[in-house]
Amino acid sequence: MYQYDDYDRALVRERVAQFRDQVQRRLADELSEEEFLPLRLQNGLYLQKHAYMLRVAIPYGTLSAKQMRALAHIAREYDRGYGHFTTRQNIQFNWVELERVPDILDWLAEHDMHAIQTSGNCVRNITTEAFAGVAADEYLDPRPLAEILRQWSTVNPEFLFLPRKFKIALCAAEQDRAAVQVHDIGLQLYRDAADELRLRVLVGGGLGRTPIIAQTLREGLHWQDCLSYVEAILRVYNRHGRRDNKYKARIKILVKALGIEAFAAEVEREWQPIKDGPAQLTEDEYQRVAASFHKPAYVPQDALDLDFGTHLARDEAFARWVSRNVMAHQVPGYLSVVLSTKPGISAPPGDVTAEQMETLADWSERYGFGEIRVAHEQNLVLPDVRKADLYALWREAEAAGLGTANAGLLTDIIACPGGDFCSLANAKSIPIAQAIQQRFDDLDYLHDLGELSLNISGCMNACGHHHIGNIGILGVDKNGSEWYQLTLGGSQGQQAALGKVIGPSFAAEQVPEVIERIVRTYVDQREVNEGFLDTFQRIGLEPFKASVYSREEVA
Amino acid sequence: MNNLIRLVEGQACIVSDDPWQLDAEGDAPLILPLTAWRERQPAAVLEGRAVSSDGLLLQVDDEPEALQPFLASLPLIAIDFPSFRDGRGYSQAYLLRTRLGWRGELRAVGDVLRDQLAHMRQCGFDAFAVRADKSLEDALKGLQGLSVLYGRSVIEPRPLFRRGRHKEESRS
Repeated sequence: MYQYDDYDRALVRERVAQFRDQVQRRLADELSEEEFLPLRLQNGLYLQKHAYMLRVAIPYGTLSAKQMRALAHIAREYDRGYGHFTTRQNIQFNWVELERVPDILDWLAEHDMHAIQTSGNCVRNITTEAFAGVAADEYLDPRPLAEILRQWSTVNPEFLFLPRKFKIALCAAEQDRAAVQVHDIGLQLYRDAADELRLRVLVGGGLGRTPIIAQTLREGLHWQDCLSYVEAILRVYNRHGRRDNKYKARIKILVKALGIEAFAAEVEREWQPIKDGPAQLTEDEYQRVAASFHKPAYVPQDALDLDFGTHLARDEAFARWVSRNVMAHQVPGYLSVVLSTKPGISAPPGDVTAEQMETLADWSERYGFGEIRVAHEQNLVLPDVRKADLYALWREAEAAGLGTANAGLLTDIIACPGGDFCSLANAKSIPIAQAIQQRFDDLDYLHDLGELSLNISGCMNACGHHHIGNIGILGVDKNGSEWYQLTLGGSQGQQAALGKVIGPSFAAEQVPEVIERIVRTYVDQREVNEGFLDTFQRIGLEPFKASVYSREEVA
Repeated sequence: MNNLIRLVEGQACIVSDDPWQLDAEGDAPLILPLTAWRERQPAAVLEGRAVSSDGLLLQVDDEPEALQPFLASLPLIAIDFPSFRDGRGYSQAYLLRTRLGWRGELRAVGDVLRDQLAHMRQCGFDAFAVRADKSLEDALKGLQGLSVLYGRSVIEPRPLFRRGRHKEESRS
């Protein structure tokens, strides 16, 4: 993974000192809350319902064992013993005190981490998929460019007060596991016929109040032009994005208002004068950064592993876990493992205790090369596990509450913290997730249902990505009480689609039954080996609607 | 204007006798929005034969390119920050300095606060009319900012990777 040099360290340390001073000035009332607000947001600090929340950046979801232990320390010393992994591959601590935040940031800086620009109207954490560098279907490793973009966007003086937040994601594999089509800028990396690294630039995607799938802004951008081109996009957005209404301030609204051709022309006009200038990326810099991501010392394994076969045959639970939570790897004999943070009633989606973090750090060293990834589905990934170690790891994961065999299944729910924590939420998310998980606790049934994503957001801001869940649940406020609107048919990945609203919303206690009716409709209607999404696309909304709103009372 | 900091050869100075005013009272030299500025100029200034005695105020919706015909006649350009959270002025400053080659004074006016001064300096501002209720001595502390700039800016047009980052490493 990327190794900090003296520049990186100096920047994070000076930034902590700067914020410590700002916190002191706030506490002494030299800074008003209004003046302090964007400063604290750009240092990851929100004021939530009960306390301050600190969101720590995990660039493109990559952590070392040492860093994971550092997070465990924060959870224990400054929070209530746990942290919450987010859909932007970051981690949030929900119970921090303002006075102690500079100390937390100091601790992070000591471990080459920070909370810079994890919030605020600026370029946020750059994301890519959790399997970057190891996925079998990868064209190339997206991490060097992700790191280069991270550095370029960090405290970039021109773009710290944009009209609204700005999210950039990269993917470089056949499957898009980074949801690039619902980002302000999505970069799809590939190699052209001459083996040159090229980018397809998507723009104007996003969820929130006005969900939109991104459009293609440019094909075949040369990798050396990546920074200058993103700079041109940001300058056009900074100057022309709407600032009069925060719900219309994202770049997607500007792109929609101008139309993609006119927007592209604006970007082109801005880009031409800078494209061949000093912003052009150099081979030296790419190589310097890429050197941090060199492949670890894999030891080629025997393809045939008799013990593994025996375990699969003898232990049905293990086989089930392998079928869902293990991903193909580029190196024979190695696999990537998804450790589910969605065990059901025992923990909300994405929540991980300090003990689990430390255990994960240990496993990453024992069963890998000391690296851990955060998936945007809020699960944790060990990228390099030897096939021969899978069984031992699974047994330990089971014991630690991280072995649920549900990656990609209905109970692998993406959920925001919702009304239990968030001051923006209209409704709670976690109890809904847990009620559904409880209703669908039969693993055989879940596995029979197959791939089925269910995403929950507690409000229009859509942190739980409900629009792109096969089943989406959105918390809405009706006259002061909490209701839930359902969408069907959303999907992420290359075939990204936004779900369609099924009809009038439901009370919290009705939701599990409604989900069950939707699932039953799918099971009744599916053809052999037909997944939920395919069935939905074939039969449409009506049969689901008929079942959900049938006169038989929803209880 | 009171409460003004100006960079003179890179050094920050507190200016106590600045004559410029944003409103029209008295006979102080004025800084005016583009339309009002044009109305007040004699033909010689508009034709580029004389220097104006009025400065120009660029507002958030203005195109910096619209100033191009008058750049040689302007004694000063101010960019308005109606709120410190409105970042349009940073890009306007970039365009004026880098694309249009403005070399004269570029002054930040409006909601100009200590914690944004370093960003403004990076984007090419060399004068800062700090909001009237704020202490200039305090504000001076905000000019320096961080020592590391990864990317580039008006005053440092080369990104860090073109400023010898690799050499630094091999030395250490």
